[in-house]
Amino acid sequence: MNFKLKVWRQKDARNKGGLVEIEAKGVSADMSFLEMLDGVNEELIQKGSEPIAFDHDCREGICGTCSLVINGIPHGPERGTAACQLHMRKFKDGDTIVIEPWRARAFPVVKDLVVDRSAFDRIIQAGGFVSVNTGSAPEANAIPIGKESAERAMDAAACIGCGACVAACKNASAMLFVAAKVSHLAELPQGQVERGARVKKMVAQMDREGFGNCTNQYECEAVCPKEISVGVIAKMNREYRQS
Amino acid sequence: MVVAVTGLVLFIFVIFHMLGNLQIFLGADALNDYARHLDELPYLLWPARAVLLAALLLHVGFSLALANENRRARPVRYVHGDTVQASRASRTMVITGLVILFFIIYHLLHFTFGVTNPEFFHLTDAKGREDIYSMVVLSFQNGWIAGTYILAMFFLCLHLGHGVSSVPQSLGFSESSGLRKNFGRFGNLAGVLVFIGNSSIVLAVLLGKLK
Amino acid sequence: MKLDAKIPAGPLAEKWERRRLELKLVNPANKRKFEILVVGSGLAGASAAASLGELGYRVKCFCFQDSARRAHSIAAQGGINAAKNYQNDGDSVERLFHDTLKGGDFRSREANVYRLAQVSNAIIDQCAAQGVPFAREYGGALANRSFGGAQVSRTFYARGQTGQQLLLGAYQALSRQIALGSVKLFTRSEMLDLVVADGRASGIVVRDLVSGKITSHAADAVVLATGGYSSVFYLSTNAMGCNVTAIWRAHKKGALFANPCFTQIHPTCIPVTGDHQSKLTLMSESLRNDGRIWAPKKKGDGRKPSGIPESERDYYLERKYPGFGNLAPRDIASRSAKEVCDEGRGVGAGGRGVYLDFSDAVKRLGQDSIRERYGNLFDMYEKITGENPYQAPMRIYPAAHYAMGGLWVDYNLMSNLAGLFVIGEANFSDHGANRLGASALMQGLADGYFILPYTIGDYLARNGKGQAAGHPEFRKSESAVSSRVQKLLAANGRRTADSFHRELGHLLWEHCGMARNRAGLEKALERIPALRAEFWQNLKVTGSGEDLNPALERAGRVADFMEFAELLCRDAQARAESCGGHFREEFQTPDGEALRDDKNFSHVAAWEYKGESVDPELHKESLTFENVSLEQRSYK
Repeated sequence: MNFKLKVWRQKDARNKGGLVEIEAKGVSADMSFLEMLDGVNEELIQKGSEPIAFDHDCREGICGTCSLVINGIPHGPERGTAACQLHMRKFKDGDTIVIEPWRARAFPVVKDLVVDRSAFDRIIQAGGFVSVNTGSAPEANAIPIGKESAERAMDAAACIGCGACVAACKNASAMLFVAAKVSHLAELPQGQVERGARVKKMVAQMDREGFGNCTNQYECEAVCPKEISVGVIAKMNREYRQS
Repeated sequence: MVVAVTGLVLFIFVIFHMLGNLQIFLGADALNDYARHLDELPYLLWPARAVLLAALLLHVGFSLALANENRRARPVRYVHGDTVQASRASRTMVITGLVILFFIIYHLLHFTFGVTNPEFFHLTDAKGREDIYSMVVLSFQNGWIAGTYILAMFFLCLHLGHGVSSVPQSLGFSESSGLRKNFGRFGNLAGVLVFIGNSSIVLAVLLGKLK
Repeated sequence: MKLDAKIPAGPLAEKWERRRLELKLVNPANKRKFEILVVGSGLAGASAAASLGELGYRVKCFCFQDSARRAHSIAAQGGINAAKNYQNDGDSVERLFHDTLKGGDFRSREANVYRLAQVSNAIIDQCAAQGVPFAREYGGALANRSFGGAQVSRTFYARGQTGQQLLLGAYQALSRQIALGSVKLFTRSEMLDLVVADGRASGIVVRDLVSGKITSHAADAVVLATGGYSSVFYLSTNAMGCNVTAIWRAHKKGALFANPCFTQIHPTCIPVTGDHQSKLTLMSESLRNDGRIWAPKKKGDGRKPSGIPESERDYYLERKYPGFGNLAPRDIASRSAKEVCDEGRGVGAGGRGVYLDFSDAVKRLGQDSIRERYGNLFDMYEKITGENPYQAPMRIYPAAHYAMGGLWVDYNLMSNLAGLFVIGEANFSDHGANRLGASALMQGLADGYFILPYTIGDYLARNGKGQAAGHPEFRKSESAVSSRVQKLLAANGRRTADSFHRELGHLLWEHCGMARNRAGLEKALERIPALRAEFWQNLKVTGSGEDLNPALERAGRVADFMEFAELLCRDAQARAESCGGHFREEFQTPDGEALRDDKNFSHVAAWEYKGESVDPELHKESLTFENVSLEQRSYK
C-alpha cells in the first residue's frame, strides 16, 4: 500500500509549524500506524533529513504516550484504540492521511507531533491520590468493597492519561481525564476521607492549566482509547456540587 | 453549573410561556383573560420577570465568558478537523443562543413594549381588556414577522435540544448511560414540542385558521 | 574481588527481622540533609521515590518518558503474587518462597526470595489502601487467580491491567510527594553516566531530551530502577524506549553485572507478521488459566483449526506435564512451543505459532464469563491480527520478555559500588534463572516500598554525606558524555541505528534466544564485535544535539546494546548447564528437560568490566541452600 501523508512539522515551541507532504511507500496492511511512521523515518534519516518526532513507547495501548490526531480524530478512526494499535488495514491504498499533534493551550508542542502533557501530572499532584504513607495500610480484606463498586472504580481507573479527550474536545477541556480519577477514588472507601477536597483541588488546578470547559458534546468519550464513559463527568459534577 | 441552572429556569419559563400562548386556540376571550390575570398579579409578575431577567443575563454572560475561555484553550486550530459524535446543535450553541437573544429583544420590543409595531399595541377588546389576541393575529398576518418567529423557534428548538439534555449532566444526575440517553431524548423532544407549539400559533394565523 | 552478599545470620524466617534490627537509622531531622537520586519511575522507582520522600529525604527522580506514569511497568497485565492464602488453598509464605525458588531453578538466593515472600502481603495491603481497584468477589473480599508454576491461587489482579493500576498507585503516591516538595521529578531526562568519586556512587549525568543539555546531579546515594534489557533482542514485549543504558553505564563504572544470560522468553505472545514489526505484544499468562495450548499432530497441517478433529490435536503441555498442564512455568511452555514448531507442526504464516484455544472454556463458562475475564486481551488480539479469538483459537508464539539478570546487589540491594542501589528488574536478585508469572510486580514493589527505604538509611547513617558536585569526577563524566553524543552525531554512514538494532536482535534471537549451544554462541561472539565496528563506521544520525532528537536517543541506546550483547553471550557460554530460561542444548535430560549442574554452576556469575578491549572478569558468588533440597525441577 502507498499513502500520501501530510504531517505537522514544527521545530520547537517557539517556531510556527506547518503541514509537510511525505510519501509512505510499500506499507503492509499488517503494520501498525506507528510502524508505518517508523518506515517513513528510516527513509528520512537515510536521505539525511530529520525523522518525524512523535511520542510512543509501549505500543500496546496502555502507556498513553502516543498522541497523533489522524485525519482530524485523535488516535484515528478506530474506536477504543490508541494510535499504536491502529493497523494500516483500516486504511485504503492511496489514501491521504493528515497527521497533527494534540492541540490545546495546556499541551504546547515540543516538536513536530510531540506535545508537553505535564499539565495532567500537575492535576494529579493537586489531589489525585489517597494520602497513605507506605506502611500505614490496614489488612487489605479488612475493608470489603462490593464487586460492582470495584468494577465501576476500575472502569474509571482504566484511563491511560493520553490526553485524546482534550485533543478531541471542541473546547480543549480536560474534564474526562480529571473526572476519571475523581470517580475512581470517590467510588472506593479508601478515597472517602479526602473526597470533597480532592475534587475541588483537582478542578482548580485544571482551570489554572488553561483547559477549556465542558459543553457536553461527548467527543472525548468517542475517542477515548479506553472508552471511558462521560458518566464519570456527571459523577464529578455531582461530587463538585456536593463538596 | 450556572449556565445549567439558569438554562433550566429559562426552559421552564419557555414551557409556561408556550402553554399560556396556546390559549390562543381557545379564542380571544381566553387569551385576553389570561393576560389580564397576569397583569392583576403584580406581586408575582414582577419578581418572576426579575428572576427571568437575571437568569437570562447570567446565562448569556457566563456562556459567553466560557465560550471565550474555550476559544482561548485552543489557540492553534486543527488544519484538518473532524467530529465523531458531537451533534450539530451542540456545536452551534453560541450561535443559536445569540440568535435567540436577539429574537428575545425583538420579541419584547414587539409584544411587550410595542416599539416595532405600535399600530397593533393599544387595541382593546369588547370587554375593554388589552386585546392581545388581535395583536398576535394581526402581527402574524405579516409574512416577514411570521417567518422571523418560526425561524427563531427553529433555533430555539436546536438550542433546547442540546441545552436541556445537558442540564442533568452538568448538575451530575446522569451518570448512567441509560439516563443520559433518556435525557437526550427528552431534550430533543422538548425542543421539538416547543417548536411545534409556538410555531403552530404563527402557522394557524398565516393559514387563516385564527382571525 | 570477594563478593559478600551480606546475608544476615540466623534461621531463614528471622533473617529480615534481624537485619532490620541491625540497620542503623537516620534520625528524622537528619533525613532532610540527605539527597537521593532515583533513576526510573516504574513500580520500583516510583514506589521507592515516594517512600523515601515520605520518610523525609530529599529525592530527585528521573525518567526518560514524558510522565512518570508511562514507565513500562504499566504494561504488566496478569497480576501480582502474595501469600495471603485468602483462598484457603494451602498457600503460605513458605510455599510462595518454595515456588519462587523452584521456579527460578535454584539459581537465586534463599534469603532474598524468602524476604520477598514475607513482604508480599504488605504490598497488597498498601496498594489496596492507595485505591488500587483489585478484582473482588461478590462479598467484597479480594479475588485471586492462578498463574504458571503454582498450584494455589495467589495472584491478585485488576482485570488485565494490573501493572497499570499498581503503577498508577505508586505514581499517585509519588505525585503527592512532588506536591509536598519532597521529591523533584525530571521527565524526558535520560541518565547517561554514573559518577563515582572516591569509590562511592556520588551522582549521575543526565541529558535533557528536549533541550539536549547535559547536566550532573550530585547526591548521597543513587538508586537505579531502570528496568530490564530484553530490548536487546530488538523484538520483545518491552516498550520501545526500554534500554540497558543506565545499568550498562554503571557497569562500566565498576558495578558488577550478574547473570546476564538469564533472560525470559514469554510463551504467550502474538506471532511475528513481518520484517516491519517493531515490537511483540504479550497476551497475559493468565490466559493459560482457561485456554488450552495445542498444535496439530501432523506436520505442515494446513487445515483451519476448526477442521482439525480432536484426535489429531496435540495438547502437548497437558500431555507432557499432566500435573501443571497449561500452567507449566514460562521457560518450559516457551521451549515446548519452540520444539513443536521446530518439528514443523507450527501454525500460521511462517509456521512459528501454536494455538491457544478457548472453545472448551467458552462451552464450560459461557462467552460472557470469558469476556469478563479476558475481554481486553481478546480485543487487543483482534486489533492486532484482525482475527476474532472468540470464534477461532488465538495463535501464539514466545517472545523476549523479562531479564532476570541485572546489576549484582547484596541483601541490602546495594551493588558492589558503595552508594549505588539497584532495585526492580534492573537488579538480578530474586528470580534466579526464571521468573514466575506475577512475581515481577511483587519484586518491584517489595524493593521500592519495603526493602530499600530501610537499607538505604543504614548506608547513609554509616557513611554520611557524599561528594559535592564540585568533585572533578563530575566534570570528567559530563565531558565524556558530551563527547560521546558528539561522536554519535558526527557519524555519517549509510545505516540507521534501527537497522543495526534489528540485525543485532536477529543474531541474538538466533544464537542466544530460547535455546543456545556452544557453536552458536561462539558464532555470535565473533559477529557482535564486527557488527559493533560497523555500527561506528556506518551509522547515520541526523539532526542536532540541541533539541528533541529521537534518532540520536536511539543511536545511543543501540550503541550500549552492541556492547552489552557480547556480555550476554559470554555469560551464556560460560554457564555450561541448562537452568530455567537458560537452555543449553548440550545439557538436557533424555526427555528434553533442562539439566542443571549444581556442582559446578550453583553460583551467581557476576561480571566485572575491565576496559574497552579487555575481557571482563568473572566473579562467582556461590549459592548455598540450607532450607530446601535441590531437586530436578519437575512439573509433571
